[in-house]
Amino acid sequence: MNSNTPSSSAGGPGSADLATPRRNSKRPKYSRFTQQELPACKPILTPKWVISTFLLISVVFIPIGVVSLLASRDVVEIVNQYETECIPEESRNDKVGFIQSSQDKNCSRTLRVPKDMKQPIYVYYQLDNFYQNHRRYVKSRSDQQLRNPGSENSTDACEPEEKTNSGSIVPCGLIAWSLFNDTYAFSRNNQQLAINKRGISWKSDRDHKFGKRVYPKNFQNGTLIGGGRLNTSKPLSEQEDLIVWMRTAALPTFRKLYGKIEMDLQTGDVIDVSLQNNYNTYSFNGKKKLVLSTTSWLGGKNDFIGIAYLTVGGLCFFLAMVFTLIYLIMPRQLGDPSYLSWNRNPGGHLAS
Amino acid sequence: MTVTHLSKMRLWLPHSPPIFLNRETLELTVAITSAVTYAFCNKKVGSTALDFDIVIEKNARFMNQYFLLIACLQLWSLITPVNPASTWGPLIFIFAVSATKEAWDDYNRYLSDKKANEKEVWIVRQGIRKLIQAQDIHVGNIVWLRENDEVPCDLVLLGTADPLGICYVELKGKTTAALDGETDLKTRMIPSACMGIDGVIECPRPDKDIRRFDANMRLFPPFLDNDVFPLTIKNTLLQSCYLRNTEWACGVAVYTGKCNETKLGMSRGIPEPKLTAVDAMIDKLTGAIFIFQIVVVIVLGVAGSVWKDTEARKLWYVQYPKEGPWYELLIIPLRFELLCSIMIPISIKVSLDLVKSLYAKFIDWDDQMVDLETGTRSHAAKCCISGRLYGNENGDALTDAELLNAVSSGSTDVIRFLKVMAICNTVIPVQSKSGEISYKAQSQDEEALVRAAAHINFNASLIQYEVLDILEFTSDRKRMSVVVKDCQSGKIFLLAKGADEAILPHSYAGQQIRTFAEAVEQYAQLGLRTLCLAWRELDNDEYQEWAVMFKEANSTLVDREWRVAEVCQRLEHDFEILGVAAIEDRLQDGVPETIETLRKAGINFWMLTGDKQSTAIQIALSCNFVSPEPKGQLLMIDGKTGDEVSRSLERVLLTMRITNSEPKDVAFVVDGWALEIALRHYRKAFTELAILSRTAICCRVTPSQKAQLVELLKSCDYRTLAIGDGGNDVRMIQQADIGVGISGREGLQAARAADYSIGSVSGTSLFNSVSLMAYNVFYTSVPVLVSVLDKDLSERTVMQHPQILFYCQAGRLLNPSTFAGWFGRSLFHAIVVFVITIHSYAFEKSEMEEVSMVALSGCIWLQAFVVALETNSFTILQHLAIWGNLVGFYVINWIVSAIPASGMYTIMFRLCKQPSYWITMFLTVAAGMGPVLALKYFRYTYKSSKINILQQANVWEGQFLLWGT
Repeated sequence: MNSNTPSSSAGGPGSADLATPRRNSKRPKYSRFTQQELPACKPILTPKWVISTFLLISVVFIPIGVVSLLASRDVVEIVNQYETECIPEESRNDKVGFIQSSQDKNCSRTLRVPKDMKQPIYVYYQLDNFYQNHRRYVKSRSDQQLRNPGSENSTDACEPEEKTNSGSIVPCGLIAWSLFNDTYAFSRNNQQLAINKRGISWKSDRDHKFGKRVYPKNFQNGTLIGGGRLNTSKPLSEQEDLIVWMRTAALPTFRKLYGKIEMDLQTGDVIDVSLQNNYNTYSFNGKKKLVLSTTSWLGGKNDFIGIAYLTVGGLCFFLAMVFTLIYLIMPRQLGDPSYLSWNRNPGGHLAS
Repeated sequence: MTVTHLSKMRLWLPHSPPIFLNRETLELTVAITSAVTYAFCNKKVGSTALDFDIVIEKNARFMNQYFLLIACLQLWSLITPVNPASTWGPLIFIFAVSATKEAWDDYNRYLSDKKANEKEVWIVRQGIRKLIQAQDIHVGNIVWLRENDEVPCDLVLLGTADPLGICYVELKGKTTAALDGETDLKTRMIPSACMGIDGVIECPRPDKDIRRFDANMRLFPPFLDNDVFPLTIKNTLLQSCYLRNTEWACGVAVYTGKCNETKLGMSRGIPEPKLTAVDAMIDKLTGAIFIFQIVVVIVLGVAGSVWKDTEARKLWYVQYPKEGPWYELLIIPLRFELLCSIMIPISIKVSLDLVKSLYAKFIDWDDQMVDLETGTRSHAAKCCISGRLYGNENGDALTDAELLNAVSSGSTDVIRFLKVMAICNTVIPVQSKSGEISYKAQSQDEEALVRAAAHINFNASLIQYEVLDILEFTSDRKRMSVVVKDCQSGKIFLLAKGADEAILPHSYAGQQIRTFAEAVEQYAQLGLRTLCLAWRELDNDEYQEWAVMFKEANSTLVDREWRVAEVCQRLEHDFEILGVAAIEDRLQDGVPETIETLRKAGINFWMLTGDKQSTAIQIALSCNFVSPEPKGQLLMIDGKTGDEVSRSLERVLLTMRITNSEPKDVAFVVDGWALEIALRHYRKAFTELAILSRTAICCRVTPSQKAQLVELLKSCDYRTLAIGDGGNDVRMIQQADIGVGISGREGLQAARAADYSIGSVSGTSLFNSVSLMAYNVFYTSVPVLVSVLDKDLSERTVMQHPQILFYCQAGRLLNPSTFAGWFGRSLFHAIVVFVITIHSYAFEKSEMEEVSMVALSGCIWLQAFVVALETNSFTILQHLAIWGNLVGFYVINWIVSAIPASGMYTIMFRLCKQPSYWITMFLTVAAGMGPVLALKYFRYTYKSSKINILQQANVWEGQFLLWGT
């Protein structure tokens, strides 16, 4: 009975199903995307293209470099390093001891204006070797407390300067605690030069980061005194020195704005600075500098950008020249199949 | 014998408990208690339960463990340099994404399972048909199906509408087709001695082999001496097939969907988590980065600790505690570890997964891919009947007038020849509604022969034969025969066809086989595939005697195939050779070109075929597989004994070594016998040969030898791509690593992905958590994703210079040296960004938020330009992604800068107003990209000799393409 002799009678109704194609199951509709046939431009690194790119870069960069360098050179900057000189000769063996004592820290410095300085003249203090970016330090602040009068006690992040015996410190944390507290007063020809200390911080900080109704509390009342003190009657939003200080610096050498002199200074002017050398940078061999500087459109005096632009532009020009030379000496047609290694080396394993 | 006893006795056998049939009720009693059933647990089809395996599997890989470790470290607030969110956010995001994907898949599976489970099927109970849900089918139930129904579980056929007990099933979808040869339509028939009789079905433990079902049916009460009836796969209806061309069929359920133990369910199985070559490479490189990272961490950690003890303690404003906790020494290294953790960005995982699935999609979508399927079409061409050759040089035998004459004049030999051609096969004729008859055959050769026989036609006279037994074709036997009874004369004949060496030696004593052997040789020279046709008249007694043995052999549960072959051997002798049919294995259009292309691409080809040596060589020549003399040279490895093979192997090896440097195509040819010996005794020499030769032809190889060859090549660190046309090649295909083609591209992507991981090293401690997190997930992955859409070269260029593919494989794949290149460039970029940022934002501009944002912007700008430089073809998508990413960076940061509570409030606006910011950006881009561009250009134009060297160095890193026929 067992039979599978070919008999044409086996096809019953429904065998037409077999004719239906089964291939089309999941194929999406044709589109240029699915077939990866989108119109495309295929740039090739032709000598012309590369050389002109390098030339273009050099043509753009060298002028920018020159302009930047000129801008930077236009800036007049007076830098005066004072951390050693402001220690009396006899105390220089024990600077830390001196700075921690209650002796008179007054110190006077003389600055000579080398070139005319147009107002506003920015007064910065510069600290070297001061790690405001230290992990422990950076984290030790409470933005909430600074902004919100009600969040006085949210000092979790401020360890180890979160509270004293009499309650939470406002503003808490190491950053505020180590507030820079050297002061400067300027006079020219015995005439006081006014320093404008308003508007030295970011407006956004004054408006949104530091509360208008948050007042300092228990600040520098602990056993360890860090840096400067704050006027408890002024809200934090007006404590601009603090606001500036609390914009932590990314690098161990930094300048922070102290104030502005809104008066032009002439070449040869002699400025007497009477400063209070209070801040301890001696434990860690930090330097302190007083900087008076004008600005340009690029900011302060910084030759780096100009030099870098000139270097990059020059190098690009050099490369463009080298490539042109090579191109002229050893011209090579791109896409020439005879350059293909397998065509040049018929004896290799890729023999075709 | 009690039921339990029986069950217990059976348990230690590799078979499941028997199933009892009962005539009265037509209901099957499952004679097992639940205590001893391992298989009949009451689970539904599939399992949608989210199991822990997924989670474990996900974490099995090094990278995942690493991320988890980092994420856990982040929770320790003492050491986290940034907000833990920067790691946890992405991690959660990534797990959420993949979990969502899995959940979606699961849900879909659940839906389809549910549909399958709740589908209503008819079952026969107490002689009455009842509708129940598919999930309620128990083993032993009788399931009744109508035409076009889907088979709900594995059934043994009991009855069909056809009086002969035949029904047809069609396999569904790719999965089964991939597993089981060419045709979709299969004949299934009810077991010979069964129509509603009591009995037991003894079936083996469910397995996943969908081509075998070695079971028995035992009838109650034994009314014949041999009460055991063999069941084969032919008597089954497997799950997910469709019943076709049959009004109805019913069968008893043997394997149900419960526990997923149907054959299909098992063969679908649990997909093994297969690590692709790329994954492995990425894991390796990730490991390398990890080691680098550890070194960095240790160096920096020690330096940091020393600095802390000597310098940081002096920083009064930091207020270091005098005495740290015991683990103090660990803190700084661990912090560095966390900082460095973004060297291996979490996004690499997301990117890779997405890239992979996108590539898969594109391949799925690609129309042109279909063209690449090379293959053969069979076509009957020539034949030689009793010494006369029909079919001229370039013509078909079908059109040969001589043959037609011979047919019409009733030449007995010719008619016998055609009879064998027409009967000795397993072809299913299918009549479509329009009346056309089409043939569905297991093999294309058979189809060609039947078609030819039908074409020639026997004077329209109808001769009826009853097929008594089919001695099936196996690749080991290399022949098939049928035993038929002429309905008119009652005589019994054995009709056979098969390979010449399987038929010719079995001819009867006096026959002249020389002419046939010559014809075979002659046809083989033409590249035709030959089949010998033979027959023998059988004695009735002889047949009866043999039939008993055959049935017995067919009922064995162990080694059935081998036993059957042995029994068949007893009948297949003393043939009268009728003639030789030659079938042209016509290559599909474009095969020679394709092979040429791929070969130039540096892919090593091995052709593994079951054909005769001369046929194989002819085919190889005709499709450019080997070059003809004098350009090419074929080296034979042959011999019957071990010594001969060994000597021949040595000789070939020697020639190979000598000619290696010559521009000559040297291929070796080995036949199955010699291969067997070589693989067994001279494996080492053969391996060396395999490494040396780019082309090889292996003829007369068995499926297991194909698999062995793949294994051998894999063991030589080759990547193998096996192409086969199913059937014999399944094992080989399973053995080979598949998906090499994709991996080249993927590898490149991975290299890119890896780059961006490193591109972001610089100044990281500066970045705030949000941007770090965003950088981690989005900025690094978007451009990389876009490069998926990248095309290195247009198809046409590739076709013209296929060698370039070789270059891609050898040099540009994700290999350590490219990786080092990317790494070096990243390091350079890191230095550029860092130096420029700290110098241009020095002094009064040195504000942390600003500086960090400048550095981050520098990274983003550089990254955009790096991607742009590495992109070879810009479509709108590329532009969108590269520049959109840049714009997106600014948009996102502007939004964040507008939130007063965020740490970077107003920063981005402030920066964008500063000329120095933009000047810094341009400087960064020019300084970072200039040297890269110059180097690339230089290499691109003038340093091709380097590539040359590289090629030669990497020449043996090629890949193998095994071409099974």
